[in-house]
Amino acid sequence: MTQSPTLSRRSQSSAPSQPRKSRRRGADARAGYTFLLPWLLGFIALTVGPMISSLYLSFTNYNLFDAPKWIGLDNYTTLFQDERFLQSVGVTLNYVVVGTPLKLAAALAVAMLLNSKRKGQGFYRSAFYAPSLIGASVSIAIVWKAMFGDSGPVDQGLSFFGINLGGWVGNPNMTMGMMILLTVWQFGAPMVIFLAGLKQIPADLYEAASMDGAGPVRKFLNITWPMLSPVIFFNLLMETIHAFQIFASAYIISNGEGGPAGSTLFYTLYLYLRGFSDFRMGYASAMAWLLVIVVGIITLIFFKTSKSWVHYSGDSK
Amino acid sequence: MTTTATPVQSTPGTTSADYNPKSESVTAKRIKSAIFHIVALALVAMVLYPALWMIASAFKPNSEIGGANNALWSSNFSFDNFATAMDGIGGVSTLTFFTNSLILAVGAVVGTVLSASVSAYAFARINFPGRGLFFGMMIATLLLPFHVVIIPQYIVFQQLGLVDTYVPLLIGKFLAADAFFVFLMVQFMRGLPAELDEAARIDGAGHVRIFRSIMLPLMKPALISTSIFSFIWSWNDFLGPLLYLNTPEKYPLPLALRLFVDQTQSSDYGAMIAMSVLALLPVLVFFLVFQRYIVEGVSTQGLKG
Repeated sequence: MTQSPTLSRRSQSSAPSQPRKSRRRGADARAGYTFLLPWLLGFIALTVGPMISSLYLSFTNYNLFDAPKWIGLDNYTTLFQDERFLQSVGVTLNYVVVGTPLKLAAALAVAMLLNSKRKGQGFYRSAFYAPSLIGASVSIAIVWKAMFGDSGPVDQGLSFFGINLGGWVGNPNMTMGMMILLTVWQFGAPMVIFLAGLKQIPADLYEAASMDGAGPVRKFLNITWPMLSPVIFFNLLMETIHAFQIFASAYIISNGEGGPAGSTLFYTLYLYLRGFSDFRMGYASAMAWLLVIVVGIITLIFFKTSKSWVHYSGDSK
Repeated sequence: MTTTATPVQSTPGTTSADYNPKSESVTAKRIKSAIFHIVALALVAMVLYPALWMIASAFKPNSEIGGANNALWSSNFSFDNFATAMDGIGGVSTLTFFTNSLILAVGAVVGTVLSASVSAYAFARINFPGRGLFFGMMIATLLLPFHVVIIPQYIVFQQLGLVDTYVPLLIGKFLAADAFFVFLMVQFMRGLPAELDEAARIDGAGHVRIFRSIMLPLMKPALISTSIFSFIWSWNDFLGPLLYLNTPEKYPLPLALRLFVDQTQSSDYGAMIAMSVLALLPVLVFFLVFQRYIVEGVSTQGLKG
């Protein structure tokens, strides 16, 4: 840090004296930290500080009114005997493991359909993207609840085909399907990213493959998938992390209770209920840290396994 | 919907009179194109159905929503639901909720644009010890689940007596806590030629001048994307206001909607949906006006919806 060779390349031509160079460096350091100040303050006060204190709180009993009482690992051991906690883990994993791949498959399929020079591209892209912008809002959660309710349009539409499921909202076996449809509905954001990636794949690769007699499946497996793998990786990572944090829709659809029969008791919803309804803030902090650890491990696994299937070649990003 | 037509220009030189193998491929192309548009439009109709249903229901009398009458459009078209929705809840007019949402969203835009652009300038353009380390940490916060900080943050704001004010909801925006926007601006600034600041430096300009007179004007596209997304995210935010606001007079629209749902308990679906439409209206208007910026922003920066 004392003699950075990359520093003040610009002053080399004027052959400055040593003191001037270091004065510039000192000025740069001062300016750097001054400009960084907003982020640095936020990072310390709103991220690092709270993370450390929630780690501490996770080892205590704390209800916001009395002083925190150290209880060691009790919160963590209690978690694994807490049936509602285990249920919330199951609900969330189910949602992440089924919903995310479905959403990405829909995104990729539609992106491939749209990846041509036909007219109307802009319109289709925008129309498919629109749900991503509003899908997580309270308004859409209300609409979803009404649509999937007793004799709502979904129930009626299915009855027309002789499928009588009744309302999905009140049926513990159907609520997950409804939540997954809500996330799949928002396939537009990853689709737009896929589309940008598909446009980067050189067309002559496909032409050469056609000459060699490759069909659409071979072309997909041998060209599209490997060439698109960095984008697939990015979307998979971001969507997975995102899916763990679903909150508003689950809260609204279940009236903030996670029902019926705990079928929409998502992890973050249970965390919220424990922390801000029961005021068991130590317990909720333990849940929060467990989530960080799990998301961290998943991110790590993604990066480790990515070496075997993600190809970074040339200038494709 | 103006793009549904599928005009295929016939190649010049091919008159309709003389048969030419080329015209066959033109027909084949036209059929293929028609199939593409039929499939794509069918998908669009499916995807947009919930939005259409929402808008149509808002104009229907209560008895017809989810009743035996399954038609999307009702003949009993009326604005009654909107009138009920505008009345508000518990003596607070819906206009107040709108104003609150607007204050929060505008505050979020101003705070985010200011703090993210300044911080991004430090990351992208100034050489200082520790820059790489801090940049890595900023990227790490992108992946960090937000829930790990909400409990301690709440405790601190509670002890400072700031619960039920907008401070907890806005302070993060002024401290560049949405790392995504900092990252977006860093990426954008790195794409601007370094010769610009070098020339300005030789002319004796300091970082403040370079930032204000050179960087900010050139960063307009990034600033616009940031403004649009921070506005919409703030407008749709539910968890933040749910944690910190207790007085209905201070509620933004998403919280007001929840209150509305709690109080009406599905007895007045029409008004509930009308209010949902009203709450989404600014987002929809934003989307129609700034479509290009929004979709481009997503495809180049990987911004989330």
